[in-house]
Parts: sequence; C-alpha cells; structure tokens
Amino acid sequence: MNNPKTHLLPTGHARIESLTMSGIVKRFPGVLAADKIDFNVRSGEIHALLGENGAGKSTLMKMLYGLYHPDEGEIRINDKPATIKSPIDAIQRGIGMIHQHFMLAPSLTVAENIALGMKSSRGFQLDLDVVSQRVIELSDTYNLKVDPRLPIWQLAVGEQQRVEILRALYKGAALLILDEPTAVLTPQEVAGLFRILKQLAADGHGLVFISHKLHEVLEISHRVTVLRDGRRVDTIPTRQATRPKLAEMMVGRPVLLEYAKNPPDPREERLTMRDVSALSNRGATGLDAVSLRLRSGEIVGIAGVSGNGQQELAQCITGLRDVTAGSVMINGRDVTNAPPAALHAIGLSYIPEERMIDGVIKEFSVAENYVLQDHGHPKYTAARVFMLFNKIREACRRAIHLFEIKTPSTETLVKSLSGGNIQKLVLARELSRDPGVLIAAQPTRGVDIGATEYIHKQLLEERDKGTAILLISEDLDEIRALSDRIAVMYEGRIVGEVVNENVDIEQLGLLMTGGE
Amino acid sequence: MNQAVGTSLAARLNRLVDFAPVLVALLLALLVSSVLLVALNADPLAAFGFMLEGAVGTENATAETLVKATPILFVGIGITIAFRGGMINIGGEGQMIAGALAGTTIALALGDARVPAEMAKAPGAFDLVIVASALGGGFLAGALYGGLAGFLKAYFGVNEILSTIMLNQIAVQMMNFLLNGLLLDPAVAGFNNIPKTARLVTAAQLPRLALPLGDPWVFARTRLHWGLVIAIALAVVIYIFLWRTSLGYRIRAVGENERAASYAGIHVKRQMMLAMFLAGGFAGLAGVVQVLGLQYRLQTDGSPAGFTAAAGFNGIVAALFGGLNPIGAIPASAFFGGLLVGAQKMQREIGVPASLITAVNGLIVVFVVSSEIFILQRSKRRVSLQETPLAPARASAKRADSPDPADEPTAEEAG
Repeated sequence: MNNPKTHLLPTGHARIESLTMSGIVKRFPGVLAADKIDFNVRSGEIHALLGENGAGKSTLMKMLYGLYHPDEGEIRINDKPATIKSPIDAIQRGIGMIHQHFMLAPSLTVAENIALGMKSSRGFQLDLDVVSQRVIELSDTYNLKVDPRLPIWQLAVGEQQRVEILRALYKGAALLILDEPTAVLTPQEVAGLFRILKQLAADGHGLVFISHKLHEVLEISHRVTVLRDGRRVDTIPTRQATRPKLAEMMVGRPVLLEYAKNPPDPREERLTMRDVSALSNRGATGLDAVSLRLRSGEIVGIAGVSGNGQQELAQCITGLRDVTAGSVMINGRDVTNAPPAALHAIGLSYIPEERMIDGVIKEFSVAENYVLQDHGHPKYTAARVFMLFNKIREACRRAIHLFEIKTPSTETLVKSLSGGNIQKLVLARELSRDPGVLIAAQPTRGVDIGATEYIHKQLLEERDKGTAILLISEDLDEIRALSDRIAVMYEGRIVGEVVNENVDIEQLGLLMTGGE
Repeated sequence: MNQAVGTSLAARLNRLVDFAPVLVALLLALLVSSVLLVALNADPLAAFGFMLEGAVGTENATAETLVKATPILFVGIGITIAFRGGMINIGGEGQMIAGALAGTTIALALGDARVPAEMAKAPGAFDLVIVASALGGGFLAGALYGGLAGFLKAYFGVNEILSTIMLNQIAVQMMNFLLNGLLLDPAVAGFNNIPKTARLVTAAQLPRLALPLGDPWVFARTRLHWGLVIAIALAVVIYIFLWRTSLGYRIRAVGENERAASYAGIHVKRQMMLAMFLAGGFAGLAGVVQVLGLQYRLQTDGSPAGFTAAAGFNGIVAALFGGLNPIGAIPASAFFGGLLVGAQKMQREIGVPASLITAVNGLIVVFVVSSEIFILQRSKRRVSLQETPLAPARASAKRADSPDPADEPTAEEAG
C-alpha cells in the first residue's frame, strides 16, 4: 500500500487509481446504443475514445457521469463496485465532465459560475472571495490563466473551456471526461489545452478524451479505444496506432486519407479579386487589400487560423458583405457588391461555414432546402410564381440518391438530419447548380470521416470537370490534400501563396501565425 | 410545419400530435374558467351549457357567431402571414381602423357620385364598382399602415411590436378626430355626440348571405353577410400563397432564418415589408367589411375598441390557435366568435359578468402560447438529443413516427 499522501492530487483531492466499465449495455427504443462495452481508465492516463458520430462515445460517457444508467454491466471505481446515480453522485465520486457545449451562465463572473450550485460556507451569503482565492490557486497550479472576476461573455472560447476545467477541478474531479473539447478551439487554443491535459495527467488525474479527430488522438493520448455502432472495436496503446489504422477501425473499411489527384489543368480565369477591402462585423478592418486569382479546373486553398478574414473573404465574393475598396470579377464581369441573387445567376455556388445557420433553414423540409436559391427558377415554377413541388421533389430525390444523403424522405425537416447529411445536402444543392465558381468554407468541419472522404472526392471531381474552387479551411491536412495552390491569410491579408508541392509545413504554420 | 398536400400519413399524424397540446391548452383554460365561475357562485356546467346554446343553439345564434368570426378571420389570416414572416404584428386594431376609414370614405363618396339620392335606400341594389373600390381601398390603407411598421423595422430596426402598438393608438385618435369632424354624419352634426359617419347607400353594402338549404333559406333572417365567404376564400388563397408560391416561400424563409434567406439571395427587407403590408391589408379588409357588411356606417364610442370590438387582437389569438395556418384560422375564428356570442347568453342567463369571457379569452391565450412554447421546446429537445445520436430515448419513445437520425434510416426513398 502506498503512502496515503501519494493518493492525493495537487488539488488536494483523492485520486481515482482505476475506473473500469465492463460489459456495459444500454438500449434505447429500437437502438442498441452500447453493446457489451469494456472500458477502463487509470490515474495518470489520457485515454482517447474514438468513433464516428453515433458510435456510442457520448452514451458511454454519459453513463459514467450518471446522466444515463446502464441496462447491464458493472462500473468499478478503485476496484469497488459503483452505481452512479446522477451527475451529483458522479461529482462526489471525483468524476468531472467537460461538455462540448459549455454549461456557463454568460452574464455571471468566472467565480460566480464556479460557485453556482455549491453550498456557501456562510449560509445565505455568498463567499465569492473564498471561491476566487481557491480559483487563483488552482489556475496557478495548472497554468489555467483566468481572472475570476471577469464575466463569462467577455472570455474567448478557449478561456471559457478553462473555466469549465477549473470548475471540475474545484469540485474535486480526479477523472475528467472531455467531450470533443477541441471542436470549438483554434489551433493555438488546442495546443494550450493539450499542455494543460498533459500536466493534469502527469499529476495523476485520469482523462477520457472523446474525439473523432485522428491526429489529435495520436498526439495526446496514451491509449485509444475505438467504438463503432455501439461496440468496442479494440483498445490499443497509441504507440501502435497509425492514422490509416485508426480510420479503418472507426469506419470498418479502409479510408482514403490522401487522394490520388490528377495533375492540375487550370484554364481561363474565373474569379479575380483586386485589392479588396471590407470591414469586419465589429467595424474594424476585416479584409485588407486582398488580391486573388482563381482559374477553371483548380482548387486554391485558403489556410489560416479562423478569424483572420476568411469569413469576410467568402462573404465579399458571395455578395453578403459590402466591399469597401477594390473589385471582384467573375468570368470577366465586375460583380463588386452585386446582390447574391445576381451572383447565383452567373454560376457562383457557396458552401457556407456555418451551415446550420446560413446554409439551411432547419424548419424547412429537405426538398424546400434543396431549392433555397432556385425556388423561383423557371424549371421549378409555373409562371415563376407557383412552385412545382413534384419537380422539386423529383430533383431532390435524384440528389439524395447521387450524394447518398440519409433521410427518410424529401419531406423530412432538415433539423432532424445529422450534421454530415446536412452538409451533403448543402453540397448536393450547390453542385447541382452547376457552378463555374465554388466557394467552399470549412466544408468538412464537424463531419465524420466517411462523409469527409465523400465530400473531398466530390470536390476533386468537380475540379476535374473545370469548376474553379476556393477552399477555405482551418484544417491544414484538408488544404494540403485538395489544393493546387495554397494562400495563407493572416489579419485580413494574404501573407503568402505557394504551389502545393513539397510544401514546408513549418513555413506555412509560421505564416499562419504572422511570422515572416 | 406545413406540407400537408401530398405528404405521407405519418407526416399528417405528426401534425395531429403537434395540434394535441393546443386542445389540452383549451381544456385547461376551460378548467381554470370553471374555478372562476365557481368563485362567482355559478355552476360551471350550466354556464358552459348556456354559452354553447348562445353560440350555436339557434339559427340566429350560429349566424351571430359567424358574424363575429368574420373580422377575426380576416385579421387572423393577416397575422398568419406576418408571423410566418417573422414579424410580430400587434397592430391589427390600427390597421382595421385605417382600412375602415379609407373604405368608408370611398364607399360614401362613390355612393354620392354613382347613386341618385332617391335610390339611396333602394332594396337589393348592388354596385360592384363601389364595393370593390371600397374593399380595395380598405385593403390598401391597412396595408400601407402595416407596411409602415414593416418599413421602420426593415430600414431603421424599429421593433415592430412597439411600433404597431403605438400605431394602434394613433389610429384610434385619428378615427375619433375624423368622426367628430370631417366624416361626421351631416344629419346628426350639432345634435348628437355619437361619432359616426353617414349611412352607406344600399348599393355600397355587402349583401346578406343565406344558404338554400330549406324554406325559408337558412340564415335568411340573420345578419350574416358575404364577408364570411370572402374571408374563407382568401384563407384558401393565402394558404396556397404561403406554401405553393415562390413569394410565400421567401416570406417563410425570412421568418424562419434571415441569414439563410439572405444567403439564398432573398431580399430580406423587402419580404419583411411585404409580410407587414399583407398583414395590414387583411386587417384593413376586416375593418371595411365590418362597415360594408354589418354596420353600414363607421361609428365608435370613442374607446380604443369602440369600432373594432378588439377583433384586431382576437385575430392574433385565432392565428395562433389555428397553428399559424390560414386554413386553421377558419375554425379558430369561428371558435372565438362563438365564445364572444355565447358569453352574452351566459351573462344574461346566470348573471356572471361578460368580462369573465375576456378572462377566459386571456386564459386561452396564455395556455395556447404556453403550448406553442412547449411544442417548440420539445422539438428543440428532440434536436439536441439528435446531436448526440444513439440517445434518442425520450424523443423517439414519444413519437415513433418522427424521423430518428440515430438509426439513420438508409435512403430507402432514394431509389
């Protein structure tokens, strides 16, 4: 038996030496969400839980956090059987969970959010000073720099996540479950988070890292458990894992992570931007004299950390943001500040970054969303007024078939489709309009591997057909896999452009963060 | 929520399920009203019995119910368009008054111009030019009045709830001013302080409506008029407009998601104004039809609801109760018409104040609106569960017919 002191974490709470889930079964009506899953995590370990959307990762962890209860199977903490009745119970046993969507009250301060739901030592009076003091201690220990007096709404997303982690530590978490913690972070914030996670593990916390991003799993974890369709595929040490191997375990078949591209065959210039400037939403300079040429049959990748003008760039081209200086030409016609409808008419398609807000109307059916731009097109209307839903449904059914969109019918409301299928629907709609120029902003963000592969193939096919494609992505792997040329954006400007052959990643990364 | 035509049975059942909370809301409202009645020492069952009798017990009662329902339906159709377009139009009252003022003025002027004085009271006369001009003028005046709020919202960001409420006040005072001055009936000027216009010539009146279902014809001796037919026909037209035309699609798109609408190339500001324009137009029709079909003159007691009898507000409730669907607004309006007429009988028979019915009305609004929120939250809950698929326990248990992304039905319809 160890000295009891070593059982304590730097936060002063007891460790969870080991936590084991064995034979866990969870049924929902009509669905077997977890099918005899075994899983264990040890003190000092980062254990990645990998799987496609719907593989059962969240379900499994919600059972650990007391949100669901297993129908069969056993959970043991430090070798003692444990029935976790509720999240409160889980917290008392030292289990903390960082949800994908933060559970913070925006108008309250950091200290108030952390104190929320806990008993004050002074009865009805708040003891926020005590809380603040402890928060400062904790943040010093783990380098989680946050000012406890600031209201949440003033914090960046990465800082809010640190507050969530602080809150879990404050409540005594020895085992932390992180549900897709990097989904909302910039690459720099991810790096910061990873440093924190590594230190937490080194100090004896156990960490469960839920993700579907392979490179993150390879970078941060010690062991990986892959789930598919509610079953555990395998648990392996990360040392023995490779990207293709993990991808195949996740999807159940070999997945193309790199594509055989035809050599680029760029033809006439389709999109020309000359010294285009625009304001950001906050009224500052969003786009600063950007010049860009895009030719038929090529993919130009725009790399950069999100928030450096990519959104403004896409919106200036697509008519959704005022160009304050410079000009935009499409097919040799000046379309500076032309309304979106005019741009659609000359063959511009746009896959927007925030597809759930900009790209679809969630309360509309699949068929109605399929004609978002073309609802008044002569081929779908009589006398340009009466919509011919039979024709719309027919065209939509063809697209559903062609793009393998999973939906019960054309009349299903889009809000009940999965994210990947919604993105396929947007892609299907934009490509069906036979674009000359396609702006694709973060086309695979939040989409699982199978659908990502599919979307990438479609983009390459479209390029070979002669479409000029502007690919805006934060995912450097995606940019490098698809682009013919790569331009890097930083603070509203294009700070470098290279042909995508033997590109020096270090150099790109440096450009992305403003280095020369 | 509306794809009724040509959809599967499942979708229809789905809509029925969505409608159930509204009925529950109604029952709850009646339950709470019963408590109020008991508190007033009245027997709720007897009271509701009298109410039902008063609403539909006789031919005349039924006709009166429909007469009351007519302006509510016109307003309700307009409110449906506005709400579908994302515009919370509370200005039905003011828009009704604007329509009535314009329509009455046109009908009086054209009546003077086209009908010789000796023919003014000739029975059976009907002049389509006068009636159509008055209806058109009433629609346009209401539309401009509503469109003003739409314009302020679209181009200056003025909250349409506040502007339409304020425009209601302005319309009431404008009507009082005009009815005491310019438009005052010359026959009563100086004698009488009931603000009212002169009586319309017979040719400018909407004919009474009767159904050839017996002898004498049903409703032959009641005040039921052709306004009801116009309203029902327009409800169907607006249903087609909203769900079968590109213009209606645009209004609904803006109402559901402004950002996606502008992404789609839809002129968002124009749709906002159009939605308010049409909503105001229908309220305007409610006002002018009330004059042409029922009162034959514009008159008020000077109070805010002196002319409209609050139809501009009841129309909002009817629109919500009808599920923001113009067809649904038809039974909903009839229901509220019955409630108002039945209340009078209830008051006469057991002596409870008719204002109780205003309370019942309010209760129904509270419960119906809560049920709307309930439906909304339930669908949100469904969506949030779907974001973590394989966890649709509660949602799919409740609604077996709802598409469930967890088991992602393979595209069986794709083939």
